[in-house]
Amino acid sequence: MTNLRLAWRKSLNGVMLTLTGVAAFGVVAVLFVILGFLIWNGGTSLNLAFFTQLPRGEGEIGGGMANAIVGSLKLLFLAAVIGLPIGLLAGVYLAEFGGKTFAFVTRYTTDLLNGAPSIVIGLFAFSIAVLPVKHFSVLAGGIALGVMVIPITVRSTEEFLRAIPNSLREGAMALGANKWKTIATVIIPAASGGIITGMLLSLARVAGETAPLIFTALNNQYWSPGLSQPSASLPVMIYIYALAPYDDWHRQAWAAGLVLLALVLTANISCRLILNRKGSSRSV
Amino acid sequence: MASAAQGKDAIASKLAPKVRAAEVSSTPSAKESALRFKISDLNFFYGPKQAVFGLNLKIPTNKVTALIGPSGCGKSTFLRTLNRMNETIRNTRVQGEILLDGQNILAMDVVGLRRRVGMVFQRPNPFPKSIYDNVAYGLRINGYTGRLDDLVEHSLKRAALWEEVKDYLHKSAFALSGGQQQRLCIARALAVDPEVLLLDEPCSALDPVTTAKIEELMFQLKDSCTMAIVTHNMQQAARASDFTAFMLDGKLIEHSETPKLFTTPTDPRTEAYITGRFG
Repeated sequence: MTNLRLAWRKSLNGVMLTLTGVAAFGVVAVLFVILGFLIWNGGTSLNLAFFTQLPRGEGEIGGGMANAIVGSLKLLFLAAVIGLPIGLLAGVYLAEFGGKTFAFVTRYTTDLLNGAPSIVIGLFAFSIAVLPVKHFSVLAGGIALGVMVIPITVRSTEEFLRAIPNSLREGAMALGANKWKTIATVIIPAASGGIITGMLLSLARVAGETAPLIFTALNNQYWSPGLSQPSASLPVMIYIYALAPYDDWHRQAWAAGLVLLALVLTANISCRLILNRKGSSRSV
Repeated sequence: MASAAQGKDAIASKLAPKVRAAEVSSTPSAKESALRFKISDLNFFYGPKQAVFGLNLKIPTNKVTALIGPSGCGKSTFLRTLNRMNETIRNTRVQGEILLDGQNILAMDVVGLRRRVGMVFQRPNPFPKSIYDNVAYGLRINGYTGRLDDLVEHSLKRAALWEEVKDYLHKSAFALSGGQQQRLCIARALAVDPEVLLLDEPCSALDPVTTAKIEELMFQLKDSCTMAIVTHNMQQAARASDFTAFMLDGKLIEHSETPKLFTTPTDPRTEAYITGRFG
């Protein structure tokens, strides 16, 4: 009787261990399958020309996506300039100054903004930066991505500032530092690793956004000078090339996907490295 | 040692000219000048809850005053009113008068007050910076522009930490042991040359050997600094202090010279506490 029960318990344990293990393996596998797919299909198009040449005309073989790579970097730069300072300052407010009601409203709104569909944010940028000037521009795309960067930066900044023990705040204030000096010279530097990580992750997150760019930065076959012209970007190029009826364009779309994923993975891994370095110096 | 003495003069002249002037002008009699703090009818509230009741206490200059009492008796709260640290907590209120060298601290600029009244906390709280930058922090934020090196060295020497860290000044303060970190926090507080050092259970997180070092340090600092220490350790109060105040339920029960309080307490509650019958 007891043996039977024991055997049942053991087998149940085994089944559950297998199920959870398979699920965990699946999570890991998904990333590697995607990576493998990208390399398999796009690896051959990933040559020097891809990084240095402009796209060729309809259906022509060869060419590259140099303008889209630069365009994506420009968009990310704009998103950083627009979104990161606002996100950082609002995060500092929530963690260090926030009262009850206003902080609650801000936090709640931030979460709502974070959940807002990216296409809606694209519409917003379209209506404030495209309609008034009657043409698409990198700037409009940068605004759309910048708005998306804000909520992620706010919440990660707040979390990392809250993790700094209060004793550091008291220590600085007991030496005659006022609140802002305490925050600027002790608290933010102490949380800097985490804050930078949050910023990089938020940029990595918007790097692959396509929907908000389609009707803001649009696309461009050529180089896009300055900030007021439409511009190519990697996600939009992937979208267009993948739907086109040419095999070479499909391969280039895969290659662009590979570049984009490599960009995001690099950001993620460097975040890990920054955090580990900060963490190890603390635990000594 | 000569450079250390110069360093101290440099602080006195460059950092706190107003402080020195105030000290000189507020010494009407020899008897008054021997008192650093004079606290009258002090009441303190956390929201509706009163934590300190009608407290009167005199803290003599360049002596160690110990505050003892069971947990929650208000001794830490009282200590934190002396440099107005409680103001960082929402909904707190203070009534009464606290005179520092004859000046009411409640009407004083809080930054200037905290420079004159330093504080060391229960757990070492070094900043995540180098040892050097920790000590220099108070000087830098107060806009001190002179040579920092001498003052950092002088402060670390005063905190009896110099010999142990002089070759590692630019290493992270987190690399130090708990006791070294606490002495670093003392050095950090001493760097701005405060008249008073408030110590809020500074040894409760330290082992006995390190505790002895801190007590030895307090003894050396007495020449130049007034100290008030909150402690749960009655042996520590008996060893390290000149005066002891016993608090219970937010009220000051008894205050006298340390040997007297521990040998012939006048209040039965003091006797009960120091003989270990409660608390």
